[in-house]
Amino acid sequence: MADLGLDVLFKGRNFIRLLEGLGVALRISLIAILISIVFGTLLGILRQRENLLLKFIMRLYLEVIRILPQLVLLFIVYFGTTRSFGWDLSGEAASIIVFALWGTAEMSDLVRGALTSISVHQYESAAALGLSGAHIYLYVILPQAVRRLIPLLINLVTRMIKTTSLVLMIGVVEILKVSQQIIEANRMKSPNAAFGVYLAVFVLYFIVCWPISMLARKLEKRWG
Amino acid sequence: MDTQFIEKYFPLYQKAALLTVEIGIIGIAAAVIIGLICEMIIYFKIPVLRRIVSVYIEVSRNTPLLIQLFFIYYGFPKIGIRTDAKVCGAIGLAFLGGSYMAEAFRSGVEAIDTIQEESAYSLGLSRMQTVRYVILPQAVTVSAPAFIANVIFLLKETSVFSAISLMDLMFTAKDLIGLYYNTTESLVLLVVFYLIILLPVSVIGSLIERRLRYGGSGA
Repeated sequence: MADLGLDVLFKGRNFIRLLEGLGVALRISLIAILISIVFGTLLGILRQRENLLLKFIMRLYLEVIRILPQLVLLFIVYFGTTRSFGWDLSGEAASIIVFALWGTAEMSDLVRGALTSISVHQYESAAALGLSGAHIYLYVILPQAVRRLIPLLINLVTRMIKTTSLVLMIGVVEILKVSQQIIEANRMKSPNAAFGVYLAVFVLYFIVCWPISMLARKLEKRWG
Repeated sequence: MDTQFIEKYFPLYQKAALLTVEIGIIGIAAAVIIGLICEMIIYFKIPVLRRIVSVYIEVSRNTPLLIQLFFIYYGFPKIGIRTDAKVCGAIGLAFLGGSYMAEAFRSGVEAIDTIQEESAYSLGLSRMQTVRYVILPQAVTVSAPAFIANVIFLLKETSVFSAISLMDLMFTAKDLIGLYYNTTESLVLLVVFYLIILLPVSVIGSLIERRLRYGGSGA
């Protein structure tokens, strides 16, 4: 059996450092997802309005954010805006901005989709029963829309977590960067560390994302 | 904006974009094949293989492409499996895309009512004929939007190839920013080239989607 370089993981604080690195990536995702939920819900509801200008602006925002790879957006914010506006932005702050912008766009689309999927009869029946505008939303539309939304939102969370692995490319010290450091430091003693360490990273990401995906699927089945 | 800079480095970006498209097409084509094979294994309920396919789908969908690439490109050589960066990029894309394509095809097949299958059998069609003439034409229509979304998603994912030192668009942009500090020009070129690649796919995709919706066979 060849040396798989797994021993490196259990030397000193290596494994804890990997987990800390994963923590950085997860922290960025969590902050970004919270911002996205707030603004995405707001924008999603606003997109229901029949205002053409508003609709056009939202559509433009959504399409622009969606057509470009997230890594390009990261580059624009991290390298581009800092150069153009002369401000100082840490890699982590830049990532949070980008992922919040992206998450908000995706979330607003999910919210809009969930709201439009509620049949018009629901609105009309509620109105016929004498409910006011706010009450229609609160008691009839939202409870149904939220059930359709939550599985999709959970899926967005896993996508967010997976995408935050990109922050390595703008110099944020997260799990992959820590892996590189560990592998470099152990180059002489365990030359095969790259296999073991990257395998561990692979497995760690899977352990984080898989239960979340399963939960989404379960809820989708139950409420679908 | 330094137009001379843009003129000078335009060909460099062109080369990088061609590389992105080349690996993208190979990777996506492989992903479609993997997806089809996986879906067939699931559809025909082939015993052991079915388990393997569902494990593969979970693993591939719940890990980021960047990590998959690092593992294949930097990890595998340590156990004696060495791959060229280009091949590695295509393999990574195929590994990631295969599961997404399988899911897209599955959603298409699952959307077909069992009555279609039963009617086909009662008309005397064999299992293969049923799949070929009844299930597939309808399934393709249903799964087209997910399929197109996957193609765009996978093309966008190619942006991480620079991490395994492929001279793609991201690599070129970062290199030029580092060398000449012409950040704005480098980024404008980057965005323009990504739009050249992605916009046509997106527009053609929505056209196809619209066509298929008109042709929706009574569904």
